[in-house]
Amino acid sequence: MTNKISRRAFLKGSITVAGSVAASATGVSAATALTKEKKEPLATLIDISKCIGCEECVYACQESNADKYPNPEKPYPEMFPKRVPVEDWSQKRDVTDRLTPYNWLYIQHATAKVDGEEIELTIPRRCMHCDNPPCVKLCPWGSAKQEDNGLSRIDSDLCLGGSKCKTVCPWDIPQRQTGTGLYLKLLPALAGNGVMYKCDRCYNLLEKGEVPACIESCPEDVQTIGPRSEILAKAHALAKEMNGYIYGEHENGGTNTIYVSPVPFDELNNNIEKRDGQAHFEKVENKMASGNNIAKAMLIAPLAGIAAAAGKFYKAAKEDE
Amino acid sequence: MKKMNIQSYIYGITLFFITLSGFAQMPIFKRYYIADIPGLGWLANFYITHLMHYIFAGIFISLVVYSIIYFIIFKKGFGQIAKDMIIRIIIFSGLILTGSLLVIKNFSGTPFPNGMIIMLNLLHLLFCMALMIFGFYQLIKRKKELLSG
Repeated sequence: MTNKISRRAFLKGSITVAGSVAASATGVSAATALTKEKKEPLATLIDISKCIGCEECVYACQESNADKYPNPEKPYPEMFPKRVPVEDWSQKRDVTDRLTPYNWLYIQHATAKVDGEEIELTIPRRCMHCDNPPCVKLCPWGSAKQEDNGLSRIDSDLCLGGSKCKTVCPWDIPQRQTGTGLYLKLLPALAGNGVMYKCDRCYNLLEKGEVPACIESCPEDVQTIGPRSEILAKAHALAKEMNGYIYGEHENGGTNTIYVSPVPFDELNNNIEKRDGQAHFEKVENKMASGNNIAKAMLIAPLAGIAAAAGKFYKAAKEDE
Repeated sequence: MKKMNIQSYIYGITLFFITLSGFAQMPIFKRYYIADIPGLGWLANFYITHLMHYIFAGIFISLVVYSIIYFIIFKKGFGQIAKDMIIRIIIFSGLILTGSLLVIKNFSGTPFPNGMIIMLNLLHLLFCMALMIFGFYQLIKRKKELLSG
């Protein structure tokens, strides 16, 4: 079919194209404004050289968060298909050598050489509280949330336990407990599998102006909390002083947990136990960066549509002549 | 019966992959063995399907903008098509609006309150379901038209 162009249609087309360009430009500026508005998050500094591995922080964490832990009721509903794993930690609440739904912080051990001398290092490990946390941003239901102060946490009333947050977490931090949570009220056999748990950086204490339990309880002042820029300045000063190394500043695009160590982190990483529920010290690329770069490129999508329509319009107008 | 043009094919392919990658954002393909099918393992990789969803969303937005301008300029006749088109415009607008806000949410920072993010997730899924039901209805309608000659 040949498309006939009238003068009226020509004017209408031109106005439409111009309007679309303007609307697209408005969308760009709105998106820029929304993404730029950001408050400074709180970060924690962990001085590995100070940690003596006493586990005071581990027990303080358990005590402070005991009322947030799950109390699943047995028997658990049968899940379909059979491959869906039942993850039950309710009878292993005293496990402290890894992350579990009942243990959100553990002490990692490593031996390393400093100035030719072999030393043992102990390292508190928990959620890194990423600047742009994949666990929060990729949760399909919004059960995981990030607060303005930079902490990320999982809402146990909303989580369905699909474990996507653990899969996308570069450190596999969240841990699942089957037999608890919202999925029991929906389709327990077919969807969901409990609730995911991880460190929430004692958000309830921070709301009251207090510091997280692990920081408060430490007899060696291993951890410090403060605005991220101040914590980074302290971390760099400390690293310079001990001729040490920093981890967490750039990992996954930046985190709100900054480790300072007298030993290179790749060496530490080679000397720590890395089973399920135990975090590594590998270099981590920014997991959300590729998607967000494509999102920026997507801003030209309406323009591509406009260009294609303008091309079609021009061709039809020429044929009409 | 209306002849399928290249634009319809691109729409079809885009909608298929955007829906597939959208559903892959839920942890279901591994659970239900779909990612075990040779060649479909990528469906269980949330980062791959996330990128794929974004790329096809970009193509989808380009197609919708093109179609809107094309329709306004060449005004291909209302009547019977108009009803279907209004439904399609509502669904597409809903998908693009909720999807765009979810894309903004994925940048660093906390631009929206959590309650709003939950609503956006649910609305995006609802619009997708509505599109699938509507597509199914249109398919049956076309088959009936074909059979009745």
